[in-house]
Amino acid sequence: MTAARPQRLRDYAPLVFPALMLTVFFVVPFGIMVAISFFRRVQGAFYEPDFVFDNYARFLSAFFGQVLGFSLVLAALVALVAVTIAFPFTFLLARLSRRWQVVWLVALLSIVSLSEVIVGFAWSTLFSRTAGVTNILVALGLMSEPMSLSPSFGALLTGLSYHAFPYTVLVLYPALARLDPTLMEAARTLGASPPRAFVTVVVPALRNTILATMIMVFVFALGSYLLPQLLGRPSNWTLSVLITDQAIYQSNLPFAAAMAVFLVLVSLALVGLSLLVGRKEAAQ
Amino acid sequence: MTGLVLDNITKRFGSVAAVDRVNLSVPDGSFVCLLGPSGCGKTTLLRMIAGLEEPSEGRILVGGADVTRAPAHQRDFGMVFQSLALFPHLSVGENIAYPLRIRGVAKAEQARRVEELLALVRLPGFGERPVSKLSGGQRQRVAIARALALQPRLFLLDEPLSALDAKLREAMQVELRQLQQRLGITTVVVTHDQREAMTMADLVVVMNEGRIRQSAPPVDIYRRPADTFVADFIGITNLIRARRGADGTVRVPGGTLAGIALPAEEATISVRPEDVRLVPPHEAAITGRVDFVRDLGASIEIYVEADGQRIVAVASPRERPDLQPGAPVGLALPADACVVLGA
Amino acid sequence: MSRLFTRLFMALVALVLAAPIVVVAGVSFNAQRTLTFPPVGFSLAWFGEVFTDAGWRGALLTSLAIAAGSAALAVAIAFPLAWFLWRWHAPWARLFQALGTAPFILPPVITALGFLSFWATAGFYGAPWTVVISHAIFLVTLPLVTITLGFSSVDRSLTEAAATMGADDRTVLRTVVLPLVTPYLVSGYAFAFVLSLNEYIIAYMVAGFTVETLPIKIFNALRYGYTPTMAAVTVFFVAAAALIFSFVARFGDLPRLLGAWSSNES
Repeated sequence: MTAARPQRLRDYAPLVFPALMLTVFFVVPFGIMVAISFFRRVQGAFYEPDFVFDNYARFLSAFFGQVLGFSLVLAALVALVAVTIAFPFTFLLARLSRRWQVVWLVALLSIVSLSEVIVGFAWSTLFSRTAGVTNILVALGLMSEPMSLSPSFGALLTGLSYHAFPYTVLVLYPALARLDPTLMEAARTLGASPPRAFVTVVVPALRNTILATMIMVFVFALGSYLLPQLLGRPSNWTLSVLITDQAIYQSNLPFAAAMAVFLVLVSLALVGLSLLVGRKEAAQ
Repeated sequence: MTGLVLDNITKRFGSVAAVDRVNLSVPDGSFVCLLGPSGCGKTTLLRMIAGLEEPSEGRILVGGADVTRAPAHQRDFGMVFQSLALFPHLSVGENIAYPLRIRGVAKAEQARRVEELLALVRLPGFGERPVSKLSGGQRQRVAIARALALQPRLFLLDEPLSALDAKLREAMQVELRQLQQRLGITTVVVTHDQREAMTMADLVVVMNEGRIRQSAPPVDIYRRPADTFVADFIGITNLIRARRGADGTVRVPGGTLAGIALPAEEATISVRPEDVRLVPPHEAAITGRVDFVRDLGASIEIYVEADGQRIVAVASPRERPDLQPGAPVGLALPADACVVLGA
Repeated sequence: MSRLFTRLFMALVALVLAAPIVVVAGVSFNAQRTLTFPPVGFSLAWFGEVFTDAGWRGALLTSLAIAAGSAALAVAIAFPLAWFLWRWHAPWARLFQALGTAPFILPPVITALGFLSFWATAGFYGAPWTVVISHAIFLVTLPLVTITLGFSSVDRSLTEAAATMGADDRTVLRTVVLPLVTPYLVSGYAFAFVLSLNEYIIAYMVAGFTVETLPIKIFNALRYGYTPTMAAVTVFFVAAAALIFSFVARFGDLPRLLGAWSSNES
């Protein structure tokens, strides 16, 4: 059976509190932010109401273009690394016994919920001269003396991929857990070795899931704010860092808001695209 | 030389033996049905033949060669899965061509084979369609065509018709059997449906709790069940407790039977309901009372209570026996229809 | 894929995932006030400092209070919404479901800046309770998803059966539906709690200058150099998350919560 339509006004009662909270504390703040993005900044004070495009015009600067370009490339790289490792991993995870799946899922959840602060701290320790991996290489005789590996672009990419990996696994998990196991078996009885079956059946059968996951991870990485500061050089700072910097330290809320609105549009467009892609697969 | 030989095959999951010391020899070109209730080990047995599970013990021989440890993709068997396992991202033609593609068969040859196979399963011109646009019966045929694409040495099917509705299933049973006879391919089908097994098989293998209870042609399975499990599982039967009388007769609840020898003091006799005849009480070997009458239109089932034992008789509607519950009734059990089983 | 290769691959992933945490845990047991690994000596002093040092203890208690409060508020928003969407057929109300999902999917900086604009405009900028509300809105997605999943697993004929026995809507909810949904509700709370505990950017933008949560405290302290105390706090975070998620797994069906079909047989 299906649910009925609400009959009386009273039936809407449970909706009142959630609707009120989400409207007042999400829609309104969002609206204010969009409004502020058109405000004019006043030196010495915060800003004053106006309707100018100055804040958006600043996007056209070379510096902004560089930061934006770097943010997008970085997020794309992270998405590529995370999905490339996470897809076969999740495939194998979903075929483990239930008990082992639960152990893995608890571990993945614990890591994905860790603050960027913690991940950043942990990796900068691991990349440090005194407590880092290079000490192991020295002990193995592969290096003459320990060195610091961070800050660097490599350190940043590693940290971000580390943080994104469990997220990627959790996004992929439903699709791979529900994948009909007989597809692999059928491919095997038809003459494909297991790796061949994985490449010729599992990957193409889930190509839209893979694409949608890439986009989700891309947006996830786009939002990283602390890791670029903890593991990267200033030239590795992303749009998220720039937004916070403008909002808090430069007290230029209008410009920060304009960048945020821009980031929203990019993210929304991508999330919308991933939903579209996902729906296409569901319809198949 | 025989097609498929299972030599003492055992599969244990932990301490449980899902398949327990199975020995079976399937002649080349014959059609075998593994039949049994769910959980009897028939699917596990089929998966071991396909190479999807490894036996804990025993050997599997095909054409005399030991394939026990060969991986599934090197066995050259065609298999149809219960879920059909059609690849959702490929069209009908691409699905059928998949095994050919994997073997590196030339494109033109692939196309030719696909057309041939589509004709074989009576789906000509379906090559371009996506599998999601097919009906249940059509998907079934695609799965069969794909499994046959490599001209396999062995054709395996796991509950292949279970997703179809009753009418289509009956039609596909006939079609599958005719296809198998035309190709002369050695075929093993797992099913829990005895009608399916009776329709298609040269040899029915009845399994329970991991073991083979009987393997015989369909008629023998029905007429000459090996034990009470087989008698009870295949069709409807009356299992009657019998004991040897002092005068050499066979005593059963409600009377005595003549012309039958019991191997022991006590035994169970299986009689099919259609072999039980209703006779006037004074002429009868067994007497009892009518308990319930079930008029099914095509036939009438009479449930008779004879000294605590229920015996079912089937009468044709033309006889129209006028029996009310509680009425005394006599039963005759022809000696040649009685199968004496162990206690 | 051969079994050996599979095991090797999984082990490698496990190693990389565990490495930073193992190193940090090792560092936290150092006897000296430096970050060295392998640790020199063994000491639990840095764990002690988290509880004895007023600054760390204060941050810990603030974080716990904010997490407890915001997770409760998130559930209070998510539950009636999920119930309404399950109980009634009202497509336009899906808008609120989308609103509840958006903050979590968008880059958190955006949500953070939205809150900053809002609280500054409303004149409450810097008040500790604004963090509770902000976190509740940000994390409402999690209980919304788990509770929606919980409702979808309730057989509607159960409510009809209860109704034929004379239970009204409220009574059905209280006596039949709620007990079935409770595990999902608890997991939703747990997810929101752990994420609030770890959240940095929103708390920082909304009240970073007046309220010091643990992540903010760590980040502030990082600027003045790394200490083993931070490592101890990190260990605390990992342990807390692992403990809470193990608890969820113990009393709920974790694979199902995360989107696998009902518990698989293996």
